[in-house]
Amino acid sequence: MKYVDEFRDPKAVHALSKEIHRITRHPWTIMEVCGGQTHSIVRYGLDRLLPTAITLIHGPGCPVCVTPIELIDAACQLASLPDVIFCSFGDMLRVPGSRDDLLHVKAQGGDIRIIYSPLDAVEIAHTYPQRHIICFAVGFETTAPAQAMAVLQARRLHLSNFSLLVAHVLVPPAMEAILSSSENRVQGFLAAGHVCTVMGYDMYELICHRFQVPIVVTGFEPVDILEGVQLVVTQLEEGRYEVENQYSRSVQQSGNLEARKVVDEVFEPTSRNWRGIGEISRSGLQLRQSFAEFDALRIFEDRIQLSRSSNALESECQSGRILQGLMKPSACSAFGIRCTPEHPLGAPMVSSEGACAAYYRYRHHEVARG
Amino acid sequence: MPTNQDIEIQCPLPLAGDNTIRLAHGGGGHLMQTLIHEIFLQAFSNPFLNSLQDSAVLPPEEGRLAMTTDSYVVRPLFFPGGDIGSLAVHGTINDLAMMGATPRYLSAGFILEEGLPIEILKHVVGSMAKTAQACGVPIVCGDTKVVDRGKGDQIFINTTGLGVIPASLDIGPHRITPGDRMIVSGDLGTHGMAVLSVREGLAFSADIASDSAPLHAVVADLIKNGISIHCMRDLTRGGLASALNELATTARVKMTIDESRIPVSESVRGACEILGLDPLYVANEGRCVLLMPPADVEKALAILQNHAISERAAEIGEVLPLASNHTPQVTLLTPYGTHRILDLLSGEQLPRIC
Repeated sequence: MKYVDEFRDPKAVHALSKEIHRITRHPWTIMEVCGGQTHSIVRYGLDRLLPTAITLIHGPGCPVCVTPIELIDAACQLASLPDVIFCSFGDMLRVPGSRDDLLHVKAQGGDIRIIYSPLDAVEIAHTYPQRHIICFAVGFETTAPAQAMAVLQARRLHLSNFSLLVAHVLVPPAMEAILSSSENRVQGFLAAGHVCTVMGYDMYELICHRFQVPIVVTGFEPVDILEGVQLVVTQLEEGRYEVENQYSRSVQQSGNLEARKVVDEVFEPTSRNWRGIGEISRSGLQLRQSFAEFDALRIFEDRIQLSRSSNALESECQSGRILQGLMKPSACSAFGIRCTPEHPLGAPMVSSEGACAAYYRYRHHEVARG
Repeated sequence: MPTNQDIEIQCPLPLAGDNTIRLAHGGGGHLMQTLIHEIFLQAFSNPFLNSLQDSAVLPPEEGRLAMTTDSYVVRPLFFPGGDIGSLAVHGTINDLAMMGATPRYLSAGFILEEGLPIEILKHVVGSMAKTAQACGVPIVCGDTKVVDRGKGDQIFINTTGLGVIPASLDIGPHRITPGDRMIVSGDLGTHGMAVLSVREGLAFSADIASDSAPLHAVVADLIKNGISIHCMRDLTRGGLASALNELATTARVKMTIDESRIPVSESVRGACEILGLDPLYVANEGRCVLLMPPADVEKALAILQNHAISERAAEIGEVLPLASNHTPQVTLLTPYGTHRILDLLSGEQLPRIC
């Protein structure tokens, strides 16, 4: 497969692994921000190709995992309404709310459709003028442009039966929150490549200098990740802290200006509650006032009951500590015993980008044996 | 949709002046008789079926009997490389072939949804008849029920297969032995991706057609040539990963496979990459995994590669003994020399979000 195979080349991977062993003198703790990177690392066993002095910890970069429970509950209520077709990316369906998940609502008769692009939801709205189509807008900066495009397209088509349930989150405020925590152990970041494809990496300069921490914009394939680690370790060993771009085949410094413009036209920053972590200032997106007629929560406010945001989290789930890199999934006492993909205590066990799901899928026998 | 030459419409007469299935088509009365005669008998005609008795009466066979049943609910009914009718024949024949059985007879049970266009039923039945004939296996008995509109999804088909296993043959998980090698009969994931591409309206630049195909002829060839097959399993729902996990658990062994040796076509890899799916878990309908002693591998590969449906057969791994206290498991050797677990899937594979 062109454009992928060269970044999975075993020879290149082994050469990078050797180089990282050569340059590493001290113990370092590096966080990969994105859940896609976590899955690559665990799937290919990349952490096992690194010197023991280097610890990779898994970051908050799974939008499914951090979507607050009150929005999952709202989604379940909206999807149960008989006149609604609820459209969502597949990942969200198994995430537990306080009582239900969307798969359960679907089994009870809710009309829930898995979509691959928000524009598919607009198409459905066009096809079913008698029904109201709600698109669950979940994701980081990566998927925000497509959601914004969907809203613009719905307006262009004069669709009055289309809206978004917006749960979008932003990466840089979460990185700042992690670095500001008194428990922080992170000494360098592999920043999420696809987020930077859209947003660029100007904003990381501020974080890098304020917290004196190396940040390397990194892709998702094995060669990308090891190159990212190599660049971070080199900076750490040399006592430097800079923003570097490993993923230059996809990322430009100022990102995708067209995409940023569309996002900015439709959305504005807002405070958001991150599941398991808590509220982070200006870390989410909401629809601008000028697009308020596409806000599902506003349209249906009389027909659903919003639960109060709560971080008295689900039972013994440690997802907050896991999403902040304070704990590895395998260290959780519920992992693989009381928390499995079939009976999850929290979202990281069921999201395709969740760290617990990665450990369960690729390593749980080893974890169980200790 | 099928092309014209794929479909043999065998019923020239209009069916009681109506063009959709009604509840009365399953009611035992006149309409049902018309349906049986004008569609099913026309298509499936053979002496066992034509007598229209309560049971098909079959002659005695030498050897042991193998019997299997499977229900087919695929949506959409027509997909690149096949349809629910051809699938219902191939799937059940393959279940027999995996035991080393020669498929002899099939049954066909139809559950039709009220309102189904009769033209669609004719296409499906025609395809089933053509497929069964090509496989040399007659459909000897059948049943039709009609359910209220909204209580079904157009057509569900159940087929039961009866086959004969020669007395000398013993194939099954109990024969899996540490040291056995594993062969897959071809590239993985085309059926699942073909169905998904039509179902979800995904237009892949490269067309992916289902691998739906009967495996009994190639299995017979292997057996005839003295290959000592210990076990076989067709790779349907859940793909290679699920089949190997089931076998490892039943046989209480460890299995290891080499990712770089598993055949997956460029187009399936690309489509899986886009959707965030793992081809090792994607469904197949004309692929199997075969376990055998190392000494037979080379000859078996030569035979397999001589048949069009298994020309991409490849050796992918081996069976290892299970250390005491360990649970049976399947591990995958990555191209980087690291190992990871290849586990059963939890729930469905859901497309990722970014």
